[in-house]
Amino acid sequence: MENYRIDTSKGLEFGLYTLGDHISDPHTGKRISAEQRIHEIIELAKLAEQAGIDFFSVGESHQDYFTTQAHSVVLAAIAQATSKIKIASSSTIISTLDPVRVYEDFATIDLISKGRAEIIAGRASRIGLFDLLGYDLRDYEELYEEKFELLLEINKNEVINWSGQFRAPLNNAKVIPRPKDGSLPIWRAVGGAPASAIKAGYAGVPMFLAMLGGPATSFKRSIDAFREAASQSGFDPAELPISTAGFFYAAETTGQAQREYYPYINEGMKLTNGRGYPKQHFAQGADPRDVMNIGSPQQIIEKILYQHEVFGHQRYIGQMDFGGVPFEKLKKNIELIGTEILPAIKKHTARK
Amino acid sequence: MKIVALSGSKVGTKTKTAMNYTVKSINDKIPETDVTLIDLADYDIQFSDGRNYLEYAGDTKYVAKTIMEADIIIIGTPIFQASIPATLKNIFDLLPINAFQDKIVSLLVTAGSSKHYLIAEQQLKPILAYMQAQIVQKYVFIEEKDFYRNEITSDDVLFRIDRLIEDTVLLAETYIKIRKEKEAAYGF
Repeated sequence: MENYRIDTSKGLEFGLYTLGDHISDPHTGKRISAEQRIHEIIELAKLAEQAGIDFFSVGESHQDYFTTQAHSVVLAAIAQATSKIKIASSSTIISTLDPVRVYEDFATIDLISKGRAEIIAGRASRIGLFDLLGYDLRDYEELYEEKFELLLEINKNEVINWSGQFRAPLNNAKVIPRPKDGSLPIWRAVGGAPASAIKAGYAGVPMFLAMLGGPATSFKRSIDAFREAASQSGFDPAELPISTAGFFYAAETTGQAQREYYPYINEGMKLTNGRGYPKQHFAQGADPRDVMNIGSPQQIIEKILYQHEVFGHQRYIGQMDFGGVPFEKLKKNIELIGTEILPAIKKHTARK
Repeated sequence: MKIVALSGSKVGTKTKTAMNYTVKSINDKIPETDVTLIDLADYDIQFSDGRNYLEYAGDTKYVAKTIMEADIIIIGTPIFQASIPATLKNIFDLLPINAFQDKIVSLLVTAGSSKHYLIAEQQLKPILAYMQAQIVQKYVFIEEKDFYRNEITSDDVLFRIDRLIEDTVLLAETYIKIRKEKEAAYGF
């Protein structure tokens, strides 16, 4: 776990993530400027740090209704504005980037932040960026696998000898600067079916598991599959951290949290995904067994502790800013996290 | 309430003839309804390559988006080689999983032979059910002999189409009402 800068004695890490979506508030129909949205994201990271939150990450999406396409630039600004909180991408679409440039960027962010940067590498759920950045969608799987492998290789070795299908060969190429402690925590972004988790396990790479909604026991299958695959490949699953990611929203009561967040999720999903979030599923999300952490602080604490019991994971990160939630509400959430949720989670999961 | 009438083939005229009558009948009987006819013969639609439907361009995006915005979809389809035409299956493949959730779907089937009657039951309905449609169980099956020069000559077929429209709208209104009541009860 130390390789990934995780100290399990301190208990479950708690983080926040944003996809950098840029959507009108459905209540007012008004959309803030891209400038304001980016500044609010940076401000959010600062507030998260002040509240004692462990981790903050920003995603890369090249499509309408998003604003952090240059997510590493935003992360550099966050690195400068903060001093303790871990910062990462959620995720970096490694398939359509050059792993050498990605590594240079994140090693630099690691130096600016004095050893706080991490990479979560994914392969995009939307495909507009393949056209935009000049890649063939039919290489979707192979682009991701090859480039992710190269990224891991660069993380291990400063001098690289490598050749592949999608990038010019590297002959005794030196990739610098190096991160503060010599290497970066690099995670594989995993969504949906266990098949994807198994690939992370085979490679012996820590896993970031995205969970939209549904019973925790269903996601446990992916986690079991990951650990089993890692064992089969000769890795010790106890040394490979697992993080989960999903919707998060706290308010005084669960009913209030649902009333406040539902319109944002529903309208946001319609715009970015083409389908709203069915009310029935959202209502079921309040069940203690469901992974959707939307509710009163007490409800959320119980759910996160239950998930920790089921998964045995090392980090949970929540997405609370989706769909144009106004900044005031985000601040209120951070306050509830800092004063009620975080202390309870640490108390129950830290080693005494 | 938005209705899309989808004529699912580029071949021949029978399905199109039946769908033209269906749209005319909807306009005559429930003029306040917003009905759009999509005849796949009029559009140049690419094969699904797995992307989100919002990411297609041109005709493909227009057709996918129009279907996704509908409350009711009335599908007209011929039967080819003992199955639905590839053009229609491609439409399903373009759409997301659960695309028909909270939508009502009803069917008109045209065929050259009565031997094709159960194709819709055994091949089309399972697709619609998988995509979460509320299906109007009874469909209208129309044979070659019921057409003459781009017109339906059988009053029985016309009556059956009219009943299908009524049943479809009734199911949609009922379903929307039930769903609204249920959703109001959630309190968010």
